[in-house]
This record gives sequence, C-alpha cells and structure tokens, in this order.
Amino acid sequence: MKKTEHKFLNKTLPKSPTGIQGFDEITGGGLPKGRPTLVCGGAGCGKTLFGMEFLVRGTTQFNEPGVFMSFEETNEELIKNVASLGFDLDDLIKHKKIALDHVHIERSEIEETGEYDLEGLFIRLNYAIDSIGAKRVVLDTIESLFAGLPNQLILRAELRRLFRWLKDKGVTAIITGERGEETLTRHGLEEYISDCVIMLDHRVTEQTSTRRLRVVKYRGSMHGTNEYPFLIDENGFSILPITSLGLKHIISNERISSGITALDKMLEGKGYFCGSTVLVSGTAGVGKTSIASHFAEAACKRGERVLYFCFEESPSQLMRNMLSIGIKLETWVKKGLLQFQATRPTNYGLEMHLAATHKAVHSFKPHIVIMDPINTFVIGDQEIGIKTMLMRIVDYLKSNQITALFTSLTANEGTLEYTDVGISSLIDTWLLLRDIELSGERNRVMYVLKSRGMAHSNQIREFILTDHGVELREVYIGTSGVLTGSARIAQEANENAKLLTRKHDIERKKREIERKRRTLEVQIAALHADFESEESEAVKMIETEQDMIKQLERDKIEMRESRTTDDENITNKNLKK
Amino acid sequence: MKSKIEKSVKRIKEENPESTVNDKWVLRLYAAGQTPKALTAFTNLKKIFEEQLKGKYSIEVIDLMINPQLGGEDQILALPALVRKFPAPVRKIIGDLSNAERVLVGLDLLPGS
Repeated sequence: MKKTEHKFLNKTLPKSPTGIQGFDEITGGGLPKGRPTLVCGGAGCGKTLFGMEFLVRGTTQFNEPGVFMSFEETNEELIKNVASLGFDLDDLIKHKKIALDHVHIERSEIEETGEYDLEGLFIRLNYAIDSIGAKRVVLDTIESLFAGLPNQLILRAELRRLFRWLKDKGVTAIITGERGEETLTRHGLEEYISDCVIMLDHRVTEQTSTRRLRVVKYRGSMHGTNEYPFLIDENGFSILPITSLGLKHIISNERISSGITALDKMLEGKGYFCGSTVLVSGTAGVGKTSIASHFAEAACKRGERVLYFCFEESPSQLMRNMLSIGIKLETWVKKGLLQFQATRPTNYGLEMHLAATHKAVHSFKPHIVIMDPINTFVIGDQEIGIKTMLMRIVDYLKSNQITALFTSLTANEGTLEYTDVGISSLIDTWLLLRDIELSGERNRVMYVLKSRGMAHSNQIREFILTDHGVELREVYIGTSGVLTGSARIAQEANENAKLLTRKHDIERKKREIERKRRTLEVQIAALHADFESEESEAVKMIETEQDMIKQLERDKIEMRESRTTDDENITNKNLKK
Repeated sequence: MKSKIEKSVKRIKEENPESTVNDKWVLRLYAAGQTPKALTAFTNLKKIFEEQLKGKYSIEVIDLMINPQLGGEDQILALPALVRKFPAPVRKIIGDLSNAERVLVGLDLLPGS
C-alpha cells in the first residue's frame, strides 16, 4: 500500500491548491507547486483579483503566506479594492501573512546610461519573501516594466532570470499579463513562463457580459480544456466546471407529489420522479406558474426546501397572485423553506445566470428548484448558448438529486411541442398546457406529453383554476372535438337528459311486453278451453262409435248363432257317427 | 560645457529657494554587493562630480545586499542606480553611468538634447 502511494506521488506533479471555488477541480488540484503560472487576459477580466484571492486563500486556508508585488496599483488602492470582496488585507499584513510591495516605475524619472540589471527587483522580492516566509508570489503586472525600462534586451534577459530564480526559490508564483494582439500577452511573456498558462476573458455578446476562464496549458498535468464561466462577487471568484460531469447521475426511484392529486393520478398516481426534470410549457396565461406553485407548496408541506427563481414577476407579486388560488407561499418563506431568487434575465449573461444559479443552489441546498420561466433567456439568437446553459443547470441539479421544474412560454403560433429553448431532450416529464377556444370561450386543457420511466396517462384533462387551487376534470370528446368549460357542462346536461329518456323508453317497452304476454296467456287459455271441449266431444263420439261396433258384433254373433243351430246339430250327429 | 552646468545649477537653486543644505547635492548610489557594474558606476560618478561640482555634493552608497529593506523607499528595480535626493525633484539614473553627458542630462545639469 505504501509503495503504491509512493509511486503515485512520484508520478503526479505537486500542486498548490488555490482555494478558489471550482478552479482546483478543473486543474486537478491547483497551480503547479513551486513554478510560475501566467495568468493573462484583457483589461478588467479579473487578473489582479485572481492573484489576490490565490494569496489570501493560500494564507488563510493552506497556511502559505504570500507576497503581492504590484506594478500598477499602490498598496492603499489594493487594500481598498479587495476589501469589497471581503478580504481584510490590513489584518493579514499586520499578522505577517501577506506582504504587499508596490513597485512604481516612471519612465520620465529614469535615465539610463550603460549596463544595468534588475538585481534591485530581485532583492526587494527576496526581502519580501523572506520577511514573512512566503510560499506564494504574485507579480501584477510585470509587463509594466516594458513601459518603464527602455532597454528591452536587458529586460527580457532579466525576466528570464527572474522566472528561473522564482523556480529556484521554490515559490508558487502567478504572473499576470495583459493580453496582446495575436499573442497571449502583449510582450510575449508566455515565452518565459511555459508551465501553466491561464487565460481570463471578458466578453460581451448581445449587451450582456460573461467572464470565462480557460487553462491554455498545464505542463505535466491533466486539466479541463473548456472555457469555464466564472463570476466575481462579494465572495470572490467562483468557477463552474459543470460540464465535466457526464451522464452518471445517481437516479432515484422515489416519487414526489406534484401537489395536484389529479395530476399525480395521471402519473401512475405517484407524481414525478425524485431528481427528475419537469417542464411545464404552454401559451400565455394557462397556469404554468400555478402548477409550479402547487409543486412548491406541496414540497414545503413535506418539509423540503424549495428554491424558486422567478424571472418575470417579483416574489411579492407572485405570492399575491398565488393567494388567489389558495396557495399561501408566504408562510413557507417565513419558515425558511421557500426562497425566491428574482432577477431579470437581461441583468447579466447566461454564464453569469448559470453561476448565480449554481451559487444559490450551493448555499441554499434545496430539494426542489423551480425556474419560471426559462425562455425569457432568449435574447437575440443564442439558442445554443441557452441550451448549453440549461443543460449545465439540469446536469448540476440532477447530480445533486434535486428535482427541477421549469416553465416555458410557447408562442401561440407554431407547434406546441416545440420550446423556444429547444431543451425537450433534457426533460424527463413534460406537461403541456394549452387553451381551447370553443363556443365563445377560452378554456385550459392539460396533458402529459411525455414522462420517462412511467406509464403515464394519455388523457387530456380540463385544467381549472379554482379558489382552492388547480383542478383537473375529464373532458368530453364529442363529434365536434374536445369539449370544455360551459360546452362541457351543456354536454353533461344533454347526456343526462338523453339518459333519462332512454330510461323511460325502456320502462315503456317493458310494460308493453308484459301486456302482450298477458294477452297471449289469455288467448292460450281460450284455445285450451276450445280444445278441451272439442276433445271431450270427440271422446264421446269415439265411445258411441265403439259401443255401436260392439253392438254390431254382438248382433252378428247372435244372428249367426240363430242361423247355425240346425247345422250344428247335423254336424254334431255326423261327428257322433 | 562648464558654463552650461553652472547655469543649470543656478537655475535649480532658484527653483529651490528654501534649500537648507547649502548648495550641497545629495546623491544616493544603490548597488547590490561590489559587482563590477557597481564599481564602475561609483568610479564614473566620482569622476563626473569631481569635475563639475567639486565639494558641493555628498554621495551615500547603499548596498541592498546588506540593507534590502531600503530598496523600496526609492523604488529601486534596476541596479546600479543613482538617485538625486536633493535638490528636488527626485531624479533616477540607472546603469553604470558610463556616459557622462547622459548622466548630466539625467540629473538635470544639462538640458536634454
């Protein structure tokens, strides 16, 4: 065991963790230990702050003091600037955890004659490092020297020596550099610092700006190669390496209620899968937010935490509106189970939204995240950007077993099965709300377009907003199509009337048959009687006939007897003879 | 050349009427150990001032190898460096001071070409 560990240590490059949220993940542990790293980027992209956070976190979290050598800002300016990010430099300086050194160089004050070197800079840096036992150094921005010192040959040679010297000194250094026209830095510093190069970028597209970070190279180490969005806020840097996760979410078989009983019934009677992504899409005013609120309320009742991002309404407006259908969200806000995050989508770029979402989710740790609605992100033509962002959000939420519900507004024209942001493939359960205009009124209907992994209902349900929440009713499908609202009620009355008539009809029929049977029976009885009388007559006649035959027989015998008396005697005589 | 320098000295004095150090120029030469460059610079400096401002100057040599904390005060980066502390304004010349004219221009003793 010990042997393998030893091997492992030998193989990997020792790294110096930065403590910057997300950065250590994409670099697999931080910056190369004991080597200089170049951080380059345009003006205002956060180079100085990156360096400063590296030092502050280094000394506070990893007990590695640091020297910040600034070529641009004075110490006072620096202290003030980073105080807004919650770093108390004064205190750190007092406790000898950080040393600031402002190097001021003014071309007009300097005249050069003959040979020189930058030993003075080395001595100052060395002195600063030794005075606090620094392990980390930031040089911000050393390229200022190019403006201050006329002799480039000497300067370049000295810079090369400086970076070598930093390596020998064993300090982990960050050297910042302004981005050049075609090179990474204006004066080609990447030539000298080639162990690790990080590029910061600050882009504006469609009037919104996004900060991005990329590890251009990292010698001897694996690293994420993508551009990662980052944001700078009151807690400093945070970088979001979200896309690196892949599709390896732990999935759950647990089900959670949607908050609407009838809807749960449509989803096998159990509701959504825990950790799945639900999309509620539909045209304007069909009740998307109501479904979302029901879900939020149900979750809060279970004691779960809900994070609600509203991009169109203010939280108080939303709470008031939901009160009208009997959902009291305010109580849950007070209990701390429900948190609203209201921002205008146009406030900042997609990446920033992603970052903000990430941060909010990270700090609130909700069970359920609701984003209402997502298609307000569509500003201009950046569908791919939105899709990637939502994919990252979905990925992130899924990997944290958070159930997400998004709402999306679809335009009236165009197909309903199409979302503006083209994220249907990311969605596990998709509820579609639409309105039906019929006989002078507009009614809402809802159906489950898809629901992965469950035998969901294929029925269209009428969607009614009542003062006690959402209700789902079965709709009538007549010859003229789906009937809703008053048409449905009329149809119901119609059906009832028909049923009644049919009932009457049947009863009449029954009575008629009964009567018929009775008539039949009477007739049968009469016929019986007829038959019986005829039968008795016949019997009588037969008897008389038989009597007559018998009489005839008798007569015949008598006659014969009388005729044959003599003959008999003769015969008898003959016989006697 | 000498007259030019005298003129410049006069002008500088006029610009600093409240000077108390009585015409004396205060110069600082920064070096890091006794490197050949530092020694050359010192020799050159001596030579120039002995010629131009004999007895009216003082040179303080600071070895940053011994006192590294002193480098920050005058914003020293390049070595060797000569700093004119008095009269104001502060002037800096870096290098081994091998070009006397450039040194004088740098010290504002000669008008720049």
